[in-house]
Amino acid sequence: MTTDRPLPTAPVPDQEDHVDAPQPEHERPARRATDSEPDHAFGAPPAVRASGVSKTFGSRRSQVSALSEVDLTVAAGEFVALIGPSGCGKSTLMRLVADLETPSSGSLEVFGKPAARARADQDYGIAFQQAGLLPWRTVAANIALPLELHGAPRAERKQRVAELVELVGLGDFARSRPDQLSGGMQQRVAIARSLAERPRLLLMDEPFGALDEMTRERMQAELARISVETGAAVVFVTHSIPEAVFLADRVVVMSARPGRITDEIVTGIGRDVVRDEHLREDPAFFRKVTEVREALHAGPVSAAGAHER
Amino acid sequence: MTTTTTRPAPGRAGPASPAATERVGRVLAPIVVGVVGLAVWQFLVSVVEVSPYLLPGPREIGSELRDNAAAVREAFWITGTNAAIGLVFGTVVGIVLAGLAAWARVVDGMLAFVVASLAVVPIVALAPVLNSMYGADSEYGRRAIAAIAAFVPIYVNTVRGLRQTTPQHRDLMHSYAASGWQTFRALTLPSAAPHVITGIRVASSLAVISALVAEYFGGPRGGLGSFISTSAATSAYALAWAYVVAAIVLGLVAYVVTVAIERLVQWRLPTGGRS
Ligand SMILES: Nc1ncnc2c1ncn2[C@@H]1O[C@H](COP(=O)(O)OP(=O)(O)OP(=O)(O)O)[C@@H](O)[C@H]1O
Ligand SMILES: [Mg+2]
Repeated sequence: MTTDRPLPTAPVPDQEDHVDAPQPEHERPARRATDSEPDHAFGAPPAVRASGVSKTFGSRRSQVSALSEVDLTVAAGEFVALIGPSGCGKSTLMRLVADLETPSSGSLEVFGKPAARARADQDYGIAFQQAGLLPWRTVAANIALPLELHGAPRAERKQRVAELVELVGLGDFARSRPDQLSGGMQQRVAIARSLAERPRLLLMDEPFGALDEMTRERMQAELARISVETGAAVVFVTHSIPEAVFLADRVVVMSARPGRITDEIVTGIGRDVVRDEHLREDPAFFRKVTEVREALHAGPVSAAGAHER
Repeated sequence: MTTTTTRPAPGRAGPASPAATERVGRVLAPIVVGVVGLAVWQFLVSVVEVSPYLLPGPREIGSELRDNAAAVREAFWITGTNAAIGLVFGTVVGIVLAGLAAWARVVDGMLAFVVASLAVVPIVALAPVLNSMYGADSEYGRRAIAAIAAFVPIYVNTVRGLRQTTPQHRDLMHSYAASGWQTFRALTLPSAAPHVITGIRVASSLAVISALVAEYFGGPRGGLGSFISTSAATSAYALAWAYVVAAIVLGLVAYVVTVAIERLVQWRLPTGGRS
């Protein structure tokens, strides 16, 4: 039933193989709906370029090596999922890109600029592992926070917030306070907040971790749609292999102690393939899931990491 | 609205009653307690015949209040002014110094000792010194005492409040490249507000008590504290109790004012569930 379904927007006619056909990033048409600037036209700087990035925490006496020699390039408009055992440095890598930490060594560029500059220019939107809402603000006011701080006019703010609240399915809760929401609802507010300024780069740290399966699938579909519509690059941390394969152009597999990248799997599912039930049931999708699972298990699975899960 | 008017009486009472009952209860409960208390008191005095020397009855105190209305009002005013000036001064200085302490750890280190000392200096020791410092006919000594008493909880709570921001929220503001002022407005201030309010609530009653007690230890005559002590000294117990009643009213006024401030802040900077 799923195999003989014609993929409506699949770039490759052979549906059995479409998943395996890698798509060069630069050949994709510009899809940034809100901005005519050809962000990922040929030769545009990648959204993220990390080379030889290491990060060590702690004092001289007790050092924790969170990341070691990480090389990662995320093209503009590309969707990259990071997957790996707990404590392998996924959040740390994301925080480095966001310039919330500085690398101990190596170089890190965001849209061809130093990370600090990209942060000052507000080139990214971030959704942290914890929702991190301001408890004294309503849902609407939380989503409006970045718009407020960056001086968006009131009318525009209002309209954008209304859109986003609907997008994450919290229309009835716009005036509620975070402590009146469930964990998953709070997480959705944080996602809406990260999208508020239509960033060219979205950093999302297990954003769907607290969601029920139904909402999770709906949010996945929405995120896929948003990333296509806005042409935003996404760095997406997840513990779910199917989620990673479902959403991403490329799944980056990491291992712990020291945290490093052990494998990369190109899913070959084009950005313009509709993320829906059909894709979830596609055998090619399953093959990629298996591939990622094997890559994940091939790495030396950290005993500590396995216990933490 | 239209639906409720057309509904039958029980239906209307149904949804409205819990909130309404609660509101009525909140007003009624203290009144009932007060009335019962007064009745028991009057009963003790008139029926059990507790000596009026020990405990004058409410009726007696009431008539003393009526006869000395002008004097009581003036004393109320004097003590109230001292307490209010002390509270405002202590609050302003407390918040400003707490701001400095939160901004620079050095200041905190310097002030910690002073504040800890101020917190334990008894009014008994401080009042005579300040009263003689400012001269026997000056209210400043009393105001200074009220200010010192108010300062300590304000400072301590504000310092704590200004440190309430979580690393996570600071990261968030950092990721928005928010300026120091923006971070203060959007994050530090709202996180601190409930703590500052707590400080003010504690400080307001401390300021009243301190202004009152300071009057026992010299300075100009006048004020509720002076009259309580002189009336008691001349065995005019009913009159002393009349001043005590005025002092209680002053305490209640201070309480109502802080509640009003709290409401105002809550309305401007709602703090959600945490307060
Ligand atoms: N601020 C810090 N100080 C000291 N060590 C840290 C700090 N932040 C992270 N680490 C260490 O770095 C390592 C990687 O942490 P990180 O949060 O990046 O893991 P993660 O891959 O996001 O894990 P999870 O999947 O559980 O979220 C861990 O061993 C952690 O103890
Ligand atoms: Mg993490």
